[in-house]
Amino acid sequence: MTGVLVAALQVVVVAGGSPLLVGAMRQVRARLEGRAGPGVAQPWRDLRKLLRKEPLTPRGTTEVFRLAPVLLMATTLVVAAVVPFLTNATPLGPVADLFAVVALLSLGAVALALAGIDTGTAFGGMGASREVTIIALVEPTLLVAIFALSVRVGSTNLGDIVTSTLHDPALVISPVSLLAALAFAVAIIAETGRLPVDNPATHLELTMVHEAMVLEYAGPDLALVEWASAMRLAVFLGLLANLFAPWGIASLAGPLPVAVAVAALAGKVAVLGLALAVGEVFMAKLRLFRVPELLAGSFLLALLAVAASYFLA
Amino acid sequence: MTDTAALSSLSVQLLYLSCGAFLLAAVVVLWRRQLAAIVRVFALQGVALAGIVAVLAVEQRSLELALLAVGVLALRAIGLPWLVRRAMPAAGPARETSPLVNVAASLLAAAVLTLLAYAVAQPLITLSPSPVTRAVPVGLTVVLVGFFVLITRRRAVSQVIGFLLIDNGITAAAFLTTAEVPLIVELGVSLDVLFAVLVLQVLTTRMQAAFGDTDLDDLTELRDT
Repeated sequence: MTGVLVAALQVVVVAGGSPLLVGAMRQVRARLEGRAGPGVAQPWRDLRKLLRKEPLTPRGTTEVFRLAPVLLMATTLVVAAVVPFLTNATPLGPVADLFAVVALLSLGAVALALAGIDTGTAFGGMGASREVTIIALVEPTLLVAIFALSVRVGSTNLGDIVTSTLHDPALVISPVSLLAALAFAVAIIAETGRLPVDNPATHLELTMVHEAMVLEYAGPDLALVEWASAMRLAVFLGLLANLFAPWGIASLAGPLPVAVAVAALAGKVAVLGLALAVGEVFMAKLRLFRVPELLAGSFLLALLAVAASYFLA
Repeated sequence: MTDTAALSSLSVQLLYLSCGAFLLAAVVVLWRRQLAAIVRVFALQGVALAGIVAVLAVEQRSLELALLAVGVLALRAIGLPWLVRRAMPAAGPARETSPLVNVAASLLAAAVLTLLAYAVAQPLITLSPSPVTRAVPVGLTVVLVGFFVLITRRRAVSQVIGFLLIDNGITAAAFLTTAEVPLIVELGVSLDVLFAVLVLQVLTTRMQAAFGDTDLDDLTELRDT
């Protein structure tokens, strides 16, 4: 019973906190660039405004276009419920398999890419094509990077990986963890469309990837897409934090450990998000044709992590 | 053979961490295009190599190894990068513009080389399985990556770095497989490398003077006239 409550709490924390995370990242960027910034709660105000508008879909689009935001949101919610964020013993623990989680996250991304194609506009198709190119290179990296951690545990269950790291903190500074963390971080940046790969702040035709796919959405659908994207960012950063530095996670049931776990998760994700935002200020966007190079590099790091987990263990 | 029974788990962790940094530096050399960045990463690799030797020195309480660690640090993290950097302002464009194999493909090639090194090192490890010898594939990988840089890069400076990567890899493999590299051998090798780099530096400067560029493909156009 308490397990179900914790899983529900995870979903609430991720859903409620992710717009604040995005708002905080935008605020940090604004301040570093010398602007006043709209405030941390601005994404929430945007969502409220969008959710109140009437739903509109462009003429000629099919169910694919209408279902994509729901599918994106649903997969993200399932992942938020099963991944070991607050406790390493969620009731859906057995589902929190490395392959299942990565597959669910890609399913959402693919749904959005299909919706982009479904609109039949030039930008939608272009954005979808770019997104699929990036996903095809990112998914193997994500899988291999987490797989490197699962080799020494002997299980692909995320909860087991977190538990073993919790019991043996020396594993954190092993080369396997560091190489995998680096690969995972690059993959996250590409997958969530952050700066060297995609600029989330512009709608420039030549360079946009994520924005091109969702260009035709309006009203509640757009709110759902934006919200789910923010949640994906929070889920990925939370995964990075808990797989490689799982301290603070609640191994016992009870209000106090869970409260500590919420604070620890919020703190870790906030630190990662702010580091990402500060990094983005100093970075220029990579040319689209240089992106595969970056992703090949991160794939190599992930592969080295797996190799190291075999020969340096 | 190394007395590995006494190796504490902390030193094994530190040793593996240094090996990981050593390997990572070799990969980043393949990844980056800016020659200045490549030289900086090479210096960091020297620090990681010195770290490997220092961990072994502490573990075996060997003064000779400690001196070698200091020597490795001075030569490979400070001396050689400084010499290479001195050759650079004269060495034309500051970027590796068109390597023979593009960067994405060479990164994937490095992945294959890692697996090859692991396969090749297996018989060596089974000779005397211990936490230290298990890190030998790292040294071999860096040797192979060095060869790869030497073959596919066209700027003189990156070729020098490729040559030095091979030497770093050989040194790492030597320290990891043997109990102690005698001081005199290591000194001899270091001096050799130092002279090689000095000669290459002169060569680079002469090439720059002759062609106004350091693209090594220009050398194929030399003729007796």
